[in-house]
Amino acid sequence: MSEQLKVPTMAEYMAEGKQPEVLFWVGCAGSFDDRAKKITKAFVKLLHSAKVDFAVLGAEESCTGDPAKRAGNEFLFQMQAVTNIEVMNAYEVKKIVTACPHCFNTLKNEYPSLGGNYDVVHHTQFLKSLLNDGRLTIEGGQFKGKRITFHDPCYLGRANNVYEAPRDLIRKLDAELVEMKSCKSRGLCCGAGGAQMFKDAEPGNKEVNIERTEQALDTQPEIIAAGCPFCNTMMTDGVKNKEKEGQIAVMDIAELIANAEDL
Amino acid sequence: MDYLPNILFAVALILGVGYFTRNVQKLIRNIKLGREVDASDNKSQRWQNMARIALGQSKMVRRPIAGLLHVVVYVGFVIINIEVLEIILDGLFGTHRLFKDVIGEQVYGFLIGTFEILAVLVLITVVAFWLRRNVIKLKRFLSAEMKGWPKNDGNIILYFEVVLMCLFLTMNATDVPFQEMNSGNVISQFIAPWFEGMDVNTLHVVERTAWWLHILGILVFLNYLYFSKHLHILLAFPNTYFGNLKPKGQFNNLEAVTKEVMLMMDPNADPFAAPTEGAEDEEPAKFGASDVMDLNRIQLLNAYTCTECGRCTSECPANQTGKKLSPRKIMMDTRDRLEEVGKNLDKNNGEFKDDGKQLLNDYISPEELWACTSCNACVEACPVSIDPLSIIMDMRRYLVMEQSAAPMELNNMMTNIENNGAPWPYNQMDRLNWANEA
Repeated sequence: MSEQLKVPTMAEYMAEGKQPEVLFWVGCAGSFDDRAKKITKAFVKLLHSAKVDFAVLGAEESCTGDPAKRAGNEFLFQMQAVTNIEVMNAYEVKKIVTACPHCFNTLKNEYPSLGGNYDVVHHTQFLKSLLNDGRLTIEGGQFKGKRITFHDPCYLGRANNVYEAPRDLIRKLDAELVEMKSCKSRGLCCGAGGAQMFKDAEPGNKEVNIERTEQALDTQPEIIAAGCPFCNTMMTDGVKNKEKEGQIAVMDIAELIANAEDL
Repeated sequence: MDYLPNILFAVALILGVGYFTRNVQKLIRNIKLGREVDASDNKSQRWQNMARIALGQSKMVRRPIAGLLHVVVYVGFVIINIEVLEIILDGLFGTHRLFKDVIGEQVYGFLIGTFEILAVLVLITVVAFWLRRNVIKLKRFLSAEMKGWPKNDGNIILYFEVVLMCLFLTMNATDVPFQEMNSGNVISQFIAPWFEGMDVNTLHVVERTAWWLHILGILVFLNYLYFSKHLHILLAFPNTYFGNLKPKGQFNNLEAVTKEVMLMMDPNADPFAAPTEGAEDEEPAKFGASDVMDLNRIQLLNAYTCTECGRCTSECPANQTGKKLSPRKIMMDTRDRLEEVGKNLDKNNGEFKDDGKQLLNDYISPEELWACTSCNACVEACPVSIDPLSIIMDMRRYLVMEQSAAPMELNNMMTNIENNGAPWPYNQMDRLNWANEA
């Protein structure tokens, strides 16, 4: 597939005097991380397939400030937030969708008191509403009967009480959804949150992602589904560590649906 | 001379309640050392949370075994306390089983019968609790922070409860008129035969002794609370009322920082403006927390409320994988430091004399703070709405913004965000390159 994806920017929309239906906030991982870029592209394909009028900020997007804030650097976080808010308010952004739960949480919860008030949804919530509205259809075919376990991202689940949207999507694939020992509000972290992604772990007897991967493997899955680019990396590393990458795939929900759609 | 017992009782009551009140005042004073925090919003939601989580024990039963055992002791404790009211009135007025005549033998018998059954259930449960702590050796009771006093404290509370329940049953079993009434002695009628062969006078002495020891024991236990983790039986209520109502992922935006950031971003701000009158005398706000005074009052109330059950620690991903971090220890350290500061105030007529110590380093190490993934598992696990994560975050803020003491890799990450708007060293202009990659 060498065809280029059509990804309009907010600037292009503005030049035409139009407003997109939704701003797709790509996030740093989605923009730069090789694995996460695949998720971004899968989601864009779904947006096109559902004929969603969307745009990205492109080079005008900057880190939400989440890792800086969780690392304790409130200054840097607020500088990032205020800058991003200025850009988005200038474009009169109303609705944002993002495939990263960290961006989702920060934009939704921590931007309003700094002047950024938007309707922010996670891509699993957005995809679910597209399905409900009949704008997107899933043929379960490829994943029918496959054992899929879903790893709850902390910043989607516990942080914002979104547990069902991703699960509903997996069920729509006619897949067999199997739950890990710790799931939903008691889901175990993948180990990346709170800026841990960017540093080595403190001394201990195990890596958090290995512990979580073991819980996932206990469910004998064919696919480990994720809803966060950082969780995806951690679980992929965990599966490699267990030398199971040949049998078990780690995939984002958007990729599952895009694959089912054969986009 | 007939009034001697009444007077002695009144004195004991005044001493017991008085000393407890004094300590509660101290507790309130210590909590007020923290920063003010506005929790005047959503009153109805807050009352609901208190009713559901504290009164209704909704989060306790998430772990069914410990939860159900706890509900038995909790219900027993609350209901048996109706009896304490009668004991206090009897003691003050020199009456005996005052309520019997007020509510009639049948209702009275029903009540006491219920208390007796609950007392036995509490006894059984307390034994189960003791076994869990001392024989079964559950992992969450064996952490490093549970050595010494915290372990003894847990057991002392259980012993207190055994003694109080036994005294209650003995007092009923040796109460001849009560046994003769034969209503409500559902359990004590089986204990009464143990005292057969004693004459009426000796029985009376045993009954009085049990009665006195029971109420004195309750007064001692009341005063023990302040020195113990068991304070949760009272503080769980205000703590759940003041619990966080926002999404757990939402961390507060520091206002002092917002002011400075807004000033920096304001194109009309005069960089050479002289500070306003008096502004120079103000101490600049400290960012984050290095000691208990930097935390807010709800966080300090959290620390006093913690009963060291360890559900937070057992759910913590860092702790599960052998890191030093234990959210329970964060709460215990905060409480212990706050108590230390409180004693410092007591000694120095209400003024804090610098003791060269603080919460950071002397109690909580940076290694513990940096191990947190901010996953909120500890917050979710707490049965009484304690938020250890907020303390960890406030202390990280101090480390980073006041001391520039972040781990090197995090400094690199933050430099990248500052320079190119991403945690990795990629150019911001390349953010849309993915769209052109096949």
